[in-house]
Amino acid sequence: MSFASIVSAQERTPAIFETRAATSEPAWAKWSLIAISIAFFSLFLLLPLVVVFVEAFAKGWSLYKDAVTEADALSAIKLTLIAAAISVPLNLVFGVAAAWAIAKFEFRGKQILLTLIDLPFSVSPVIAGLIYVLLFGAHGWFGPWLKEHDLKIIFAVPGIVLATMFVTVPFVARELIPLMQAQGREEEEAAVVLGASGWRVFWSVTLPNVKWALLYGVILTNARAMGEFGAVSVVSGHIRGQTNTLPLHIEILYNEYQFTAAFAVASLLAMLALVTLGAKSLIEWRQKSVLKELQS
Amino acid sequence: MTATTTPANAGFGTPQYPSEASLPRQLEIQPARKMRSSGRVLPGLPLSLGVSLTYLSIVVLLPLVALFARTFSLTFDAFIEAVFAPRVVATYLVSFGAALLAAVTNVVFGGILAWVLVRYSFPGRKLVDTLIDLPFALPTAVAGIALTAIYAKNGVLGAPLEALGLKVAFTPIGIYVAMVFIGLPFVVRTLQPVLQDHEIDFEEAAASLGASRLRTIIRVILPAMTPALLTGFALAFARAVGEYGSIIFIAGNVPYVSEITPLIIITKLEQYDYAGATAVASVMLVISFVLLLAINLLQAWTARRSGRTP
Repeated sequence: MSFASIVSAQERTPAIFETRAATSEPAWAKWSLIAISIAFFSLFLLLPLVVVFVEAFAKGWSLYKDAVTEADALSAIKLTLIAAAISVPLNLVFGVAAAWAIAKFEFRGKQILLTLIDLPFSVSPVIAGLIYVLLFGAHGWFGPWLKEHDLKIIFAVPGIVLATMFVTVPFVARELIPLMQAQGREEEEAAVVLGASGWRVFWSVTLPNVKWALLYGVILTNARAMGEFGAVSVVSGHIRGQTNTLPLHIEILYNEYQFTAAFAVASLLAMLALVTLGAKSLIEWRQKSVLKELQS
Repeated sequence: MTATTTPANAGFGTPQYPSEASLPRQLEIQPARKMRSSGRVLPGLPLSLGVSLTYLSIVVLLPLVALFARTFSLTFDAFIEAVFAPRVVATYLVSFGAALLAAVTNVVFGGILAWVLVRYSFPGRKLVDTLIDLPFALPTAVAGIALTAIYAKNGVLGAPLEALGLKVAFTPIGIYVAMVFIGLPFVVRTLQPVLQDHEIDFEEAAASLGASRLRTIIRVILPAMTPALLTGFALAFARAVGEYGSIIFIAGNVPYVSEITPLIIITKLEQYDYAGATAVASVMLVISFVLLLAINLLQAWTARRSGRTP
């Protein structure tokens, strides 16, 4: 029976025998759509996630432990933590400042500012790395000056931090702006009229209103900072034990055919991703219950 | 309250009642004046704008200007030679072709996923909804090696597919698969809120006027979703074109066959061909600007269509 004939058969069925609402689909259609969705989801999202853990533990726990505790892996973990520890707080300050300016004030050029914030979303990570090489590399604008003063940015930690800062620019600001715009500025204005200083308004009025979105923005920034590959790969120089972050360490292990070790290190980052997604669900749930409280 | 006399709240203590004759004129002027002054009640614009602009200038603007300045220091012929070298042109075809196919795939299946997540309840719905964001949160290198392991000759799916004569890993099909993975959440997450806000009244009206369910979906719901679907498409496409980490492991990186444009930039850099790398990068960058502009326009359109603020 063809699809068209099923549909026309339904049209001819008298309304009195219709058991489903006019705004829902027949059960067979509903369940086939759900089946397609779950199949697509399992194939493209779930399977890669499962494979990471299966491959990581393929040769047992002791090999897993060795892979994530050997010297190069530990130094990669340390560098990843350092890069995140610098870039995430900086991004937090920037994101809050940008959201405050954009959500609470009207000024000319706001759209341009918003576009600039979004820009790193659509720029290839490879280009994000390249631009810093052009600025600070040996043949870059500031290359000779840096060499004279014995400073190293490219193929060193500062370059990794800069590249991480570039790719994470939008995250905190983009989480905060829509929420702060929706909340308006009446509460802050009331606080100012009652005599509160600007900082007091921010700490006691604005921050409590946006804390969950801010927290999620920071968690997302952190996940991206620790997992960035393309941009960091261009500026790092892949010096083992020195300028290797976790994702770059995975690449080296993989290219050396140490698959189990590569997946073991990858599983650390996969766990970070799962924690990030879990935190997101939790925060969304909190926000919903706060909203419900406000409504009742 | 202490009697502070800042200009902003001075008016609160001494309300001025307009005389009856001047009332209509007053009513006309007041809202505009009020709005303008309320924008200045809050402090912190110079500080917050200053911090934002400084950060953006150092991290985003200055480096991008450096890229374009470098490009303009090339002679025109050198630029053309770098950008239209046969091997480079082959990467455009691979990158843009695969990204186009992946974005279309994501619009179809992401659209179905968004619909199912918004309209139906089924066991595991919450889990699926949470894990849709996995490609945002999972580092690209991790996704890359996982996809390669799945589709390699001895992988879970690679082995049966190879038996059917289909090679995925180390071919352009592998690139397509990685691009589908990273692009999926863009379509689902753009579509979900719009679908959620879509009033069921329209569907009821269509049904009560005698339209079949299929006809209602095609003629009523789909047109309302078009701007959001196009935005999701553009976002997924832009991301796929620039993507590097999840692709290079599965691509095989054979020149003229499965080499993507971001990789050619890295290859040129490793050969110290800074001019060539910069030229290709500037072409990609211009394309991302155009895509970003298109996305912004599409989002404004989505907002107008659904009455939401972007």
